[in-house]
Amino acid sequence: MPVTQTQAILNGERLALTRILSQIENNTPEGNQILEELFPHTGNAHLIGITGAPGTGKSTLVNHLAFQYRHPPEGNHPPTVAVVAIDPSSPFSGGALLGDRVRMQDLVGDSGVFVRSMASRGSLGGLASTTAGLVQVFDAAGFEIILIETVGAGQAEVDIARLAHTTVVVEAPGLGDEIQTIKAGILEIADILVVNKGDKPGADNAIRALRNMLSLSQPEKHTVMHHGDLMELEGIPKENQPTDQLWVPPILTTIATTGEGVSSLIEEIASHRQYLMETGEWELREQTRLKNEVDNLLQAALLSRLNSSISPKVYDQVLDQVISRQVSPRRAANELIQGAGL
Amino acid sequence: MINTQANIRVLIAKAGLDGHDRGAKVVARALRDAGMEVIYTGLRQTPEMITEAALQEDVQVVGLSILSGAHMTLVPKVLKLLREQGMNNVRLFLGGIIPDDDKPELTKLGVDGIYGPGTSTQLIIEDIRKACQ
Repeated sequence: MPVTQTQAILNGERLALTRILSQIENNTPEGNQILEELFPHTGNAHLIGITGAPGTGKSTLVNHLAFQYRHPPEGNHPPTVAVVAIDPSSPFSGGALLGDRVRMQDLVGDSGVFVRSMASRGSLGGLASTTAGLVQVFDAAGFEIILIETVGAGQAEVDIARLAHTTVVVEAPGLGDEIQTIKAGILEIADILVVNKGDKPGADNAIRALRNMLSLSQPEKHTVMHHGDLMELEGIPKENQPTDQLWVPPILTTIATTGEGVSSLIEEIASHRQYLMETGEWELREQTRLKNEVDNLLQAALLSRLNSSISPKVYDQVLDQVISRQVSPRRAANELIQGAGL
Repeated sequence: MINTQANIRVLIAKAGLDGHDRGAKVVARALRDAGMEVIYTGLRQTPEMITEAALQEDVQVVGLSILSGAHMTLVPKVLKLLREQGMNNVRLFLGGIIPDDDKPELTKLGVDGIYGPGTSTQLIIEDIRKACQ
């Protein structure tokens, strides 16, 4: 009996794996059918998101992370590692330059590692719309650690937190003052904070700013130095969470170019996983993740149905009315939806 | 708009001991602007590294940039390794300093296009599009 593509992927055949990743990225019916068959085999991998501003050293850090996972201290099992690295697509040409591999040269020749680059293809949340699908394939294929490197993220690209079990936010010295650290967005999603380029001037300031940010939201009673005196502060408990089980994001320093600090990062990722398991948070995150994926697919399906049910002619007519300022954009959108009968 | 259409995926690689990557970057940029997804490997890649990347990225096209004179050694190796991995349909394009005398042999081996200094990027784009139809 010929081996089906699904079986080939479950057997870890790399050619079948790479082909199916493309099918899913291109949203083909065959790809989606195989994803269907693979889905029951997912749910075993630890999904780790690596995010942060462009140029903070995410790819270099991923290179060292994957390398050290594959070369653990004597006697430990080296987990298999998949890397999904996303870079932006051009909003004009739709093309992309995917350059994350340039930093991942240490992983070459290791059959326990698979690195796949993705273009964001118009998605804005730091991932591509099919990233979750690719991650599921790697999960089903038996990869134990899946590192997901987002597009260089600014402040609002937080989709990764809904996909990954553990989100690592990478900062670098010199990217902003303390006000940046208390804004909403990317720092809020961090399970682990990393100040990379720890040998560069300003690294201490970056760590201090992050530590201050965390102390502002510290859930337990704690003391701080205030004008040279110790001052006791009441904590701000998070809703629905007993204070003895809280995860306070650790702040680590790394030098990704040499790999310094990466083994501590691996330890922290492991303790975060343990925390998730012990508190039941792992299950919760899995539920949120799957719900989020259903919601995303629902939105995409509705959008494509809407697009196909509005005639281009009507669309152009309505658009002309907006451009000549006869109809407001909001009214135009409402009319188009009503006309489409949805 | 979210785009899930198939884009042409191209691996641009600098093979061997050769640090001159201006040409490779110019081509990578031009292909990006032509709507392709270009994976750039960086410098000093062995044939094994190039073919492993081609497999993991499932590219339709590999563009090799060689200015070191080692093309008659590197190109056959890359083609052999691609076939061994089952990547029989990958098209191989070559850029850099390739003497005219070597071109017939390379074409016979299975190289789809050879481009020297001064080639218009438009020509390369058109050839790649044709090869991927």
